[in-house]
Amino acid sequence: MARKINLRIWRGNSTDGALQDVTVDAMEGEVILDVIHRVQAEQMNDLAVRWNCKAGKCGSCSMEINGKPRLACMTRVSTFEDGETVTITPLRAFPVIKDLVTDVSFNYKKAMQIPAFQPPADLKPGQARMQQIDVERSQEFRKCIECFLCQDACHVIRDHEENKKSFAGPRFFIRIAELDMHPLDVIRNRKQTAQEEHGLGMCNITKCCTEVCPEHIKITDNAIIPMKERVVDVKYDPLRWLGSVIRKRDGIL
Amino acid sequence: MSRSLGRYAYDVVVIGAGGAGLRAAVEAREAGLSVAIICKSLFGKAHTVMAEGGVSASMGNVNSDDNWMVHFRDTMRGGKFLNHYRMAELHAKEAPDRVWELEMWGALFDRTKEGKISQRNFGGHEYPRLAHVGDRTGLELIRTMQQRIVALQQNDEKETGDPEKFIKVFAELTITEILKDNGKVSGVYGYWRESGDEVFFDSPAVILATGGIGKTFKITSNSWEGTGDGHALALKAGGRLKDMEFIQFHPTGMVWPPSVRGLLVTESVRGDGGVLTNSNGERFMFNYIPDVFKDKYADNEAEADRWYTDQTNNRRPPELLPRDEVARAINTEVKAGRGSEHGGVYLDVSKRLPAEVIKKKLPSMWHQFYELAGVDITKEAMEVGPTCHYVMGGVDVDPDSTAAVGVPGLFAAGEVAGGMHGSNRLGGNSLSDLLVFGRRAGIGAANYVKSAGANPVSDTSLKAAQEKIEKPFTQTGGENPYALHHELQELTQSLVGIIRTKKELEEALIKIAELRVRIGKVSVSGGREFNPGFHLSFDLDNMLLVAESTALAGLTREESRGGHTRDDFPVMSSQWRQVNLICTFDGKKVSVEKTPLPSMPKELFELFDPHELEKYMTAAEMSKGGSN
Amino acid sequence: MAITTPGTGVFSEGRAKLSAKTFRTDKWWIQPFITVVVLFSFIVYATFRAFENGKYFAAPLISPFYSPCLSKACANGAVSFVGTPFGIYHVLGMTVSPSLFILIFPLAFRMTCYYYRKAYYRSFWMSPPACAVAEPHAKYTGETRAPLILQNGHRYAFYAGLVFNVFLTIDAIDAFKNEKGQWGHMSVGTLVLLANATFLWLYSASCHTCRHTVGGRLRNFSQHPIRYKIWTWVSILNHKHQNFAWISLFGVALCDLYVRQVSGHSIRNLYFF
Repeated sequence: MARKINLRIWRGNSTDGALQDVTVDAMEGEVILDVIHRVQAEQMNDLAVRWNCKAGKCGSCSMEINGKPRLACMTRVSTFEDGETVTITPLRAFPVIKDLVTDVSFNYKKAMQIPAFQPPADLKPGQARMQQIDVERSQEFRKCIECFLCQDACHVIRDHEENKKSFAGPRFFIRIAELDMHPLDVIRNRKQTAQEEHGLGMCNITKCCTEVCPEHIKITDNAIIPMKERVVDVKYDPLRWLGSVIRKRDGIL
Repeated sequence: MSRSLGRYAYDVVVIGAGGAGLRAAVEAREAGLSVAIICKSLFGKAHTVMAEGGVSASMGNVNSDDNWMVHFRDTMRGGKFLNHYRMAELHAKEAPDRVWELEMWGALFDRTKEGKISQRNFGGHEYPRLAHVGDRTGLELIRTMQQRIVALQQNDEKETGDPEKFIKVFAELTITEILKDNGKVSGVYGYWRESGDEVFFDSPAVILATGGIGKTFKITSNSWEGTGDGHALALKAGGRLKDMEFIQFHPTGMVWPPSVRGLLVTESVRGDGGVLTNSNGERFMFNYIPDVFKDKYADNEAEADRWYTDQTNNRRPPELLPRDEVARAINTEVKAGRGSEHGGVYLDVSKRLPAEVIKKKLPSMWHQFYELAGVDITKEAMEVGPTCHYVMGGVDVDPDSTAAVGVPGLFAAGEVAGGMHGSNRLGGNSLSDLLVFGRRAGIGAANYVKSAGANPVSDTSLKAAQEKIEKPFTQTGGENPYALHHELQELTQSLVGIIRTKKELEEALIKIAELRVRIGKVSVSGGREFNPGFHLSFDLDNMLLVAESTALAGLTREESRGGHTRDDFPVMSSQWRQVNLICTFDGKKVSVEKTPLPSMPKELFELFDPHELEKYMTAAEMSKGGSN
Repeated sequence: MAITTPGTGVFSEGRAKLSAKTFRTDKWWIQPFITVVVLFSFIVYATFRAFENGKYFAAPLISPFYSPCLSKACANGAVSFVGTPFGIYHVLGMTVSPSLFILIFPLAFRMTCYYYRKAYYRSFWMSPPACAVAEPHAKYTGETRAPLILQNGHRYAFYAGLVFNVFLTIDAIDAFKNEKGQWGHMSVGTLVLLANATFLWLYSASCHTCRHTVGGRLRNFSQHPIRYKIWTWVSILNHKHQNFAWISLFGVALCDLYVRQVSGHSIRNLYFF
């Protein structure tokens, strides 16, 4: 059962561009990426769009559909009403390259700035022993497929280009949280650097990152807020500071 | 049209940034080389992320009886003894170290009670052997290595001030050609997908890690990247492809809705009680139990159902037969007109397990169907059918160094390399394959570069590559690349698919030759900037070469084994087991030749029960008892 | 709506040239609108009640806005076991309401609460008004400088909140008395105060700081099995923190309203026994 769907697709490059209307067939059960492919094959051979797995596992087809940051492969056509015009634009937090493809290199630069995992120097491969409950928190964050929708939705950089230099964004806050909660990581100043170098304090926990995450990672509740609390432990809480000076307890801070 | 031409120089260029490519890059960098990593898509998006089940390694964490010899036996058995024994041996021996190493780089596998890496059961593996992270093991692997690369770059930054001095990722770049000078690899040529600008690399060594060929088929679990680039690049550079007739069709891919056609439905659905039925509601797998499996599989529903709760006193349900058997059975049912509405069969857990149990045991499957297809598998049946999943065949390589036979300076690892899996791959053996041979490719390339030295690209080979890349824009004839791709997929699916016959394969070869002519007339509209039509025109050429190799090798091999089933030669032949089919390309067409399969040395031969080997080997081989 | 400075945010150089601040087609403004209406109404009511300085006690019931009542100006019988550390002060000829000595603490707890922060940053400050809707501000520094850096003191407000929960729980227990102070009775007011205390405990227990304190700060749960267990319980509650935040807010207001009506003799506090 085919139906027609009206799309308003943004086409252009870094200097200019505009929304263009197309009407295309949509088959039952299809997702937005399918109809974009049909547009590409039948009407706009050179329409640029990124995609890979088409199963919500690689995080390539990030774009904004009716204004919401989404994966095109996870947005079913049936969720739109008959006759509705669906607006499709590239991610609006990043520079556009062409059509629906944006330059997401910002994220790879930020990834480079977070010190890598460092195991204890005397740990030999195969000797690590970790309990499931100790790895579960970090495992949640390692579900991240790096679609960068959270980065796109985050108003700190979406609405303030100038913050990009001092703010790592939700994707990298979960990376920092992952490492800070990793049972084997020996780097102990991740809380301080999260606040001082990666801009954790810029986050005002308005939760858009969590709302748009296709992996349903509880970015705000499980990573950002716990990290903010850990930062308070080492930077703002006078009592904990005193406690740590007196007792020097390991494994807690 | 004048394009800016970028030129880079590296000790080694790794084409492909999936598991094998990244592991190779890490090793090459650690051996002191400068490394360029080239990926067709963004860094970290490679098809490795799709791997669910786990990575097989005989660490013996769950069952301490496991060891490399058991793993080796399982692998050879799974490949129906067509595997290159040396690859299977190296793989089984080294896999545990490769997994442990990942843990040192930050990977977080699921744990056992003692805190070791947990291991799960999987088809064909005698013991629980697959290290896993829920059902997203592939993602864990690729992310860990991606982060390892970043760690190496951070080190380089500390020491030199430049993170990209010795290892640089070139994302969204397509390689169109491997350049050769003086009979050896001298570099690679390609273009940036974003800008269309051309680029070439001076590099004495090139590692192919480009993955699979699934996109030559209509129904596949592979992403758009699986266009057989590495297979084709190797062929064009004078390399040899081996075992290209062996393609694994996973029996249960989604067939409906069309947007997710081909996407995998994990084996666990059947393992946890899902049954296959046809349009008559019949549990048809009972009709497809081959004689050799009669003693291991239940022939009635009552016994099959008891197995889920009591595995010692009952035989397994026939839904759990090896992948190739199930795929063929489904194929036959559909062809006989007993298929589901959309051309598959029904896979149903909803009537077998309570909804909450399904959601707990198969969370990602529930989500996959619910979110992508709008199907609630706790309430209704899934429609499934075979989907092209993996190619066992690939570049003919030296097992120890992964050096491609016939092309000095070229290496291959992962799915693009052939030999490791024989005629059929076991689940879980692909991720371990990536790690073991990815590392070996890194070492192999490093050793080669250190002894062979530089071999700069000459102007002549550069110019030839440049001309080729212009073609889609200068050609006339008006063929639409999307339409041609569609036709190719239709023809491979119907003529070179799960069940093959002489007549169909011959027809396929004729049609492929016709398509080759039409590809010469592809013209592309629009500019060079991120132009998918332009990109596809190169992929098409590669896919056509792969399809031709598969069809030709399939036509030549007159037996049925693993991922190659001939309706006209339905049984396995001991004679054919001794033979690998090697494809080469002379610039116009692919040709195939038979070469002898290396035979196992005595110490490996003796790991097997002779009664088992008799089923596969000739009397002469048996009496010889392995080579020495 | 305020005007976004041209050339910033989604209109920055290099980003896709699009003129709309959002292409969302759903009613994204409803949520912040409701938040503003409800929070504003609560503030108006709470302010009125805090300054009203009356109708907050009807033995044995005391309004949560006035408990613990710490001033010598407190109504007869409303004073808690802590006594009256504060005297009677006058400002502009008006007696300072006892409520004003204490309300700052629950107010601080809610103001610095991670959930309320989201709610009011979005609805009052429109930073952002909704996801992928351009915000009206040209500059943004988040919680990195004064006054918002004080949000990092949430845990102290949480501790203070716990103290108040204790007082309000005692109040609820006291509500098992009759008007004459005899134990063993129960009225609608008992239920109201009990419900109020319960919701406040749930709100506190589900708090992110609470979750951090009981176990979240640990690196290895397996070495602290009891704290891990508590952490998992708090985590379950934490999923509902937003709900508890609203329910307990309504709870406090309705509880106060009930006491006010009883105290002003508008209704009778019906006794079951």
